[in-house]
Amino acid sequence: MNDDRSRWLILALALLTVAAALIAVKTGAYPLTLEGMGRTIARWWVGLKPESFEERVLLNIRGPRVVAGLAVGATLAAAGVVYQGLFRNPLVSPDVLGVSAGAGLGAVIGIFFSLPLVAIQLLAFAVGLATVGLVYVVAVTVRGRDPTLVLVLGGVVVGALAGAAISLLKILADPYDQLPAITFWLLGSLASIRGNDIATVVPVVLIGLVPLVLLRWRINVLSLGDDEAKTLGLDAGRLRFIVIAAATLMTASVVAIAGVIGWVGLVIPHIARMLIGPNFSRLLPAAMLLGASYLVLVDTLARSIGRIEVPLGILTAVVGAPFFLWLLWRGRHGWS
Amino acid sequence: MVVMQIEAIDLAFGYPERAVGRNAKLAIGPGEVLCLLGPNGCGKTTLFRTMLGLLPPQGGRVLLGGDALDGLPRGEIARRIAYVPQAQGAVFPYTALDIVLMGRIAHRGVFAGPTRDDRRIASDALGELGIADLALRDVTRLSGGQRQLVVVARAIAQGAPLIVMDEPTASLDFGNQVMVLTEIRRLARRGAGIVLSTHDPDHAFAVADRVAVMKDGVIVGEGAPKTVLTPDLMRSVYGVEVSIEQLMDGQTVVAPRY
Repeated sequence: MNDDRSRWLILALALLTVAAALIAVKTGAYPLTLEGMGRTIARWWVGLKPESFEERVLLNIRGPRVVAGLAVGATLAAAGVVYQGLFRNPLVSPDVLGVSAGAGLGAVIGIFFSLPLVAIQLLAFAVGLATVGLVYVVAVTVRGRDPTLVLVLGGVVVGALAGAAISLLKILADPYDQLPAITFWLLGSLASIRGNDIATVVPVVLIGLVPLVLLRWRINVLSLGDDEAKTLGLDAGRLRFIVIAAATLMTASVVAIAGVIGWVGLVIPHIARMLIGPNFSRLLPAAMLLGASYLVLVDTLARSIGRIEVPLGILTAVVGAPFFLWLLWRGRHGWS
Repeated sequence: MVVMQIEAIDLAFGYPERAVGRNAKLAIGPGEVLCLLGPNGCGKTTLFRTMLGLLPPQGGRVLLGGDALDGLPRGEIARRIAYVPQAQGAVFPYTALDIVLMGRIAHRGVFAGPTRDDRRIASDALGELGIADLALRDVTRLSGGQRQLVVVARAIAQGAPLIVMDEPTASLDFGNQVMVLTEIRRLARRGAGIVLSTHDPDHAFAVADRVAVMKDGVIVGEGAPKTVLTPDLMRSVYGVEVSIEQLMDGQTVVAPRY
């Protein structure tokens, strides 16, 4: 993949993302016109309060939801790219170190004790981070084994523990009120997202993204394994810590507002790699754009195909799996 | 100015629970080629990994350009010594050029990307080994030998005065073996110090100034190939009878008796 072609490809993916966002904003029970949206956004930009019903639909409900979809999709795809490179395995997803299991446990604890939404989100974020922190500490205290292997095994073990705790709480929870909320949360949804969720989550995601962008060349080298990375001049252990911390911060913050949305972080990086190759400096933006478009379209589907909303985690798989299989059948690239 | 040499002093190497070798004394300086011979599993790779700081020494120490290896940051080590591992670890379909460019990373800032100069150096390194046409090919789809050449090109692009090569000719065809050995000689003439391991004693006669023979983790002979590689030593190390002949043009070959 030469530089010119990848530049065009990234531009095309950016246009795809814009188109996906427009489709998502226009789709819904209340019709919005492009002209009306332009006027609303202009008024919002200069600081005027929404007046008409149309303005409130865009600014309070659909707009935040679409922006959240873009942010969540891009973030999960970015984290997937990072983790797959780090663990040198295209089958790895952002959940590999237990961030989703931990965040799930945090949220379930919050729902179980009937805490307010903000507290549930904070608990999900904090327990997600703490889980990965625990896995990391376990991995660095085990000496004399391949550190990435110990990380993966630690993630599996700690994730299983968190899963057991979640199951226990589900059994103890009130089956009419809490259990549906827990189930829905564990399948992911953007339905409850409001403007202020975005205002708090996007900065945290950016904090995680900055080191990944800055260290893009070095992250490539990390995917060759520790021996090669070290002899090429990298402090592999420290770089791995920074990269895990950044990707975990991003993932935990979006899982906290959107719940556990599987599949995106596993397959979008893979598709992006098929399109643009493994070089991280091109793969990262490509995967983020693809993830953003994908999630925002799937979310549009989730809120428009039935009378009730379909949880996102179900649809990401139902839509994504056949598409991915089709790519494989067609595939020139196999698992690479 | 410090002479850029790598020196193992009474080095014990291996793992805390399992020692592999001990009392290794080696020094390689500019323009020198040292060839390490020894049976499978005798500890050549473990010695190399210890000398590169990938494994902590179990005793003794390693000096790189006069400095203790464990006190040097990774970037500085990489600017002084490059490594050609036995197997290259790319699992994703990087292009050969991407892989060679990674050799330049120690020369650039933490947040930098490859520069125009780096691209030129990387292309030149591929050209030097006659594999410029592989530049945009996916390394995971290259043959073992082609991949090996790409890694040698990366070591050249890394521009370090010392290079450690772990069986650089192992998966190469006859022609490419000769090509890599010729390249090793040429790098040494330009002032590089090179340590390589090999299973072919002919290679030691062809390129090495000095040869070290290892058996069960201990270096049992070191010096000029002609004085060290005797039929007696080959018998005691490999358990085979050989005759060592000089050809008309002055080359020395080792022929086993079957």
